[in-house]
Amino acid sequence: MTEVKRVVVTGLGAVTPLGHTRTSYWENLKAGVSGLGPITLTPANDELTQKVAAEVKDFDPLKHFAERQISTLDRVSQFAVVAAREAIAQSGLIFDMPLSVRTATILGTGVGGQTTHDDSFRRVYLEKRTRVFPLTIPKLMVNAPASQVSMDCGLRGPAFAVASACASATHAIGIAFQMVRGGLVDCAVTGGAEACITFGTVRGWEAMRVMSPDVCRPFSKDRMGLVLGEGAAMIVLEPLERAQARGAEILGEIVGFGMSADAADLTAPDRGGMARAMQAALADANLAANDIQYVNAHGTGTAANDDTETKALHEVFGPHAPKLAISSTKSMIGHALGAAGALELVATVLAVREGIVPPTIGYLGPDPACDLDYVPNSARSLSIESAMSNSFAFGGLNAVLTVKRFS
Amino acid sequence: MSDVASDVIAIIAKKKRVEKSSVEMSDRLEDLGLESLDAVEMIFDLEEKFDIQIPYNANTNNPRTEFETVADVVKAVEELVAQKKS
Repeated sequence: MTEVKRVVVTGLGAVTPLGHTRTSYWENLKAGVSGLGPITLTPANDELTQKVAAEVKDFDPLKHFAERQISTLDRVSQFAVVAAREAIAQSGLIFDMPLSVRTATILGTGVGGQTTHDDSFRRVYLEKRTRVFPLTIPKLMVNAPASQVSMDCGLRGPAFAVASACASATHAIGIAFQMVRGGLVDCAVTGGAEACITFGTVRGWEAMRVMSPDVCRPFSKDRMGLVLGEGAAMIVLEPLERAQARGAEILGEIVGFGMSADAADLTAPDRGGMARAMQAALADANLAANDIQYVNAHGTGTAANDDTETKALHEVFGPHAPKLAISSTKSMIGHALGAAGALELVATVLAVREGIVPPTIGYLGPDPACDLDYVPNSARSLSIESAMSNSFAFGGLNAVLTVKRFS
Repeated sequence: MSDVASDVIAIIAKKKRVEKSSVEMSDRLEDLGLESLDAVEMIFDLEEKFDIQIPYNANTNNPRTEFETVADVVKAVEELVAQKKS
């Protein structure tokens, strides 16, 4: 039987609407800063009905890449590589042999290179050009961010993309966690990336009729829906003994992963599916419900998600539910789809490490359907031993991670 | 029956996979079993058919309570069509 290893986090990286580093991201989360603003990234912002998103602002690829490399990288892969470099630098790992071939690269992305997609379709359908750029296909493919991180960072072990819409990154991190835990690899660079604020994609979300016209207010009364976000977050995972042997700083421990499928509605959230994923993530970690102090909720700010997630939290945590600190960082960074779970896991690991819960901003007051403690509007000091991060996707695919403070 | 009414009924009937003749102006949307995705798709069909914009956010609107009957939908569409012409 395979030896089960403890899996620790030794590196974090983030490119977000609140800054292009993990430090700027985390400081702004704690300060309750909104990363939302006017949509500027599409070729026809004025034509869109939706005016607001959480864009990664002032991101200059030339600060990070040579011009030759930029021509191979869609915006989504640029985010992924920059975040991966930061996480690896923090870990202090050097990926020479044999570690390079023993390191996995598992990345979540919901929709891949949307900027490349949109630009190409615009050329052929609108401008009636007969040619698109030569690297259109390898830039837009959904595995491009995983491939680019592997190439840029010299990671030669198992590498692939995981796609489950809004749960992609959480599924990716969970699979990487299982691979390190089971000894299939000695290290993993994992997380998620998304750059979906394009004309066609925003139009698609408009048609769903679930977007807020201004502010994302998860769990609040008078919430009006979600706001799209973008960015990337990356996490370096390795076995505890390896991290200790090389004297690495240990940022936290991943202890459990749970998954489920609703097998019900295409878009409507399902309390049972959510609850089963949370219960599986607790059981996988040998945690009881009342061991958890903090939940980073999926909390999209839609009427349906927040109501259903609250009911699922009641089902899983029972009388402990009102004692949980629950927050949705989507109130500050929007919903970055396939990157969301990674951005939220970084926030969860840092919350556990520092004993500070980031708030749910934009909160106007209680909705009778959402009757728990959502840490409204300002951060809170709280000693956290164990925390949970939730991701629930369209298509009914649910993924939940549990994290422990390392001591 | 107005042209708008006839078109609205056709769109609802298509969504529910029933004959047009079985949908009455007085039918309640709730009784027709219109679910949330049906509502979003119905609104899309109405907007495309009449070239109008129906302000609708699934977080704050509930078509099954705001538009009680088929006649309510017809009235709302007729108003938006009239606005567009003026």
